Amino acid sequence: MLEVDGLNVWFGEGATHVDAVQGARFFVDEGESFGLVGESGSGKSTILRAITGLAPGWSGRVEVDGRTVYRDRRDRRFHKTVQMVFQDPYASLHPRHSVDRVLSETLWLHGMDRIDSRVPQLLEDVGLGPKFRFRYPHQLSGGQRQRVAIARALAGEPRLLLLDEPTSALDVSVQAEILNLLADLRDERGLTYVMVSHDLSVVGHLCQRLAVMQSGRIVEMMEVDQLRRGQADHPYTRALIAASTSGGRTSRAAE
Amino acid sequence: MSLLDVENLRVSFDTRQGVVEAVRGISFSLGQERLGIVGESGSGKSMTGRAILRLIRPPGRVGADRIALEGEELQSLSERQMRKVRGRRISMVMQDPKFSLNPVMTVGEQIMEAYLLHARDSRRAARRKALEMLEAVDIRDPERVMKAYPHEVSGGMGQRIMIAMMLIPDPRILIADEPTSALDVSVQRTVLSIMDGLVRERGMGLIFISHDLNLVSEFCDRVLIMYAGRIVETCDAARLHEARHPYTRGLLNSLPRLDQPRGRLEVLARDPAWAEGR
Repeated sequence: MLEVDGLNVWFGEGATHVDAVQGARFFVDEGESFGLVGESGSGKSTILRAITGLAPGWSGRVEVDGRTVYRDRRDRRFHKTVQMVFQDPYASLHPRHSVDRVLSETLWLHGMDRIDSRVPQLLEDVGLGPKFRFRYPHQLSGGQRQRVAIARALAGEPRLLLLDEPTSALDVSVQAEILNLLADLRDERGLTYVMVSHDLSVVGHLCQRLAVMQSGRIVEMMEVDQLRRGQADHPYTRALIAASTSGGRTSRAAE
Repeated sequence: MSLLDVENLRVSFDTRQGVVEAVRGISFSLGQERLGIVGESGSGKSMTGRAILRLIRPPGRVGADRIALEGEELQSLSERQMRKVRGRRISMVMQDPKFSLNPVMTVGEQIMEAYLLHARDSRRAARRKALEMLEAVDIRDPERVMKAYPHEVSGGMGQRIMIAMMLIPDPRILIADEPTSALDVSVQRTVLSIMDGLVRERGMGLIFISHDLNLVSEFCDRVLIMYAGRIVETCDAARLHEARHPYTRGLLNSLPRLDQPRGRLEVLARDPAWAEGR
């Protein structure tokens, strides 16, 4: 579904040139969920941004669904196949557009018909009732906003969703709801996910395979089963695992 | 005697839609210990910390039967006297060092200012104290960091600088409001253990406000769990996993765990009775 090879991404030119990603290589099969993990500045979100065209300075090969993605143009078919959900639902929705307008506009851009009946359907798909249709973002909680952002991403019926820290701005109980929603949508629609997160337990919950990134490079690729057993080769991965399981003073004691 | 006694603390805001009660009558006391306050956004945990330091501005209103610092009632102090309490006796570390450090002042100047505001001492002595303090928070090259501006240091280092600045007047109590939420997982624990070490060494009281149950259970002795402006449960941090209240249990169960894979995460079913403090 997604193939990335020799991907370099940079920002700035000359003296301000920064290499954000160097030689990234991975593939994601159809229906699979793949995680990108690392600390801030490691380049994990930048990879997603390069694929969608939000980071224009990149080289290498990116293929989506067998079709090469070019740096400067993405056709309608690309956008119908790939959609992205951003970290901060407070920033990713237009504050003065109602939910109805956000979704209708997106549907129209995807060339959909019967927009009036699709909007309530989309809302229902993400677990929001019809009463949310004419609300504005400030009238919604963080979790509800993220549901609207997911509905917007689903509007064009994509097959690949790029999830950039979709739950890190949310409370843990709301995070659980959104992770369950993402799992349900994946099962119903056979979606492929690429999920960026700094939280290993979130990636472990939703994904089957993951890549660990450090300062712009992928340092380790592993299966989630390996992760659970703590079988990591790279010292950085081991440090990450230690950081996210030592919080388990409660969990260890519970066993 | 306990360091801080809070009885029936209330914080409310008058809005166009009516009165919003953010904190609804909570009581607790703090000794030379590390007390965690946990809750979700909107539970009133940050408001509690701010109310103690009288940092809530109108239209917010604070009321309490008692807010006593080492036996002295804080509510009867004038604003001028209150300024002597802030920093000198109770200090506060906030979430994001980017917003709490002055961007146009060097790190050294800021730390020295924090010291000189409360101590009668020479600039030279202040400088020496600042360097010592930076070393105490594990900053390797304090001379260089003294001359740096906040944008030249990383988030983790910024938060360590904040901790240095807050501890230099030698306060009795430190209130840390989500001190590591803006930091990467890998540096969170380093920053917390530095803070933890200093607080213990000096026999201070710590109020650690966070939404992260695991972090709190690791770095505190006792935990208050807040829901809708009330304390629903108090327990020993080490026994957090034995918590009884359905809200606490729900929070613990909604976390994905590496060691126990589950198909679906438990979703919190909120009971209106919790908001009544039952």
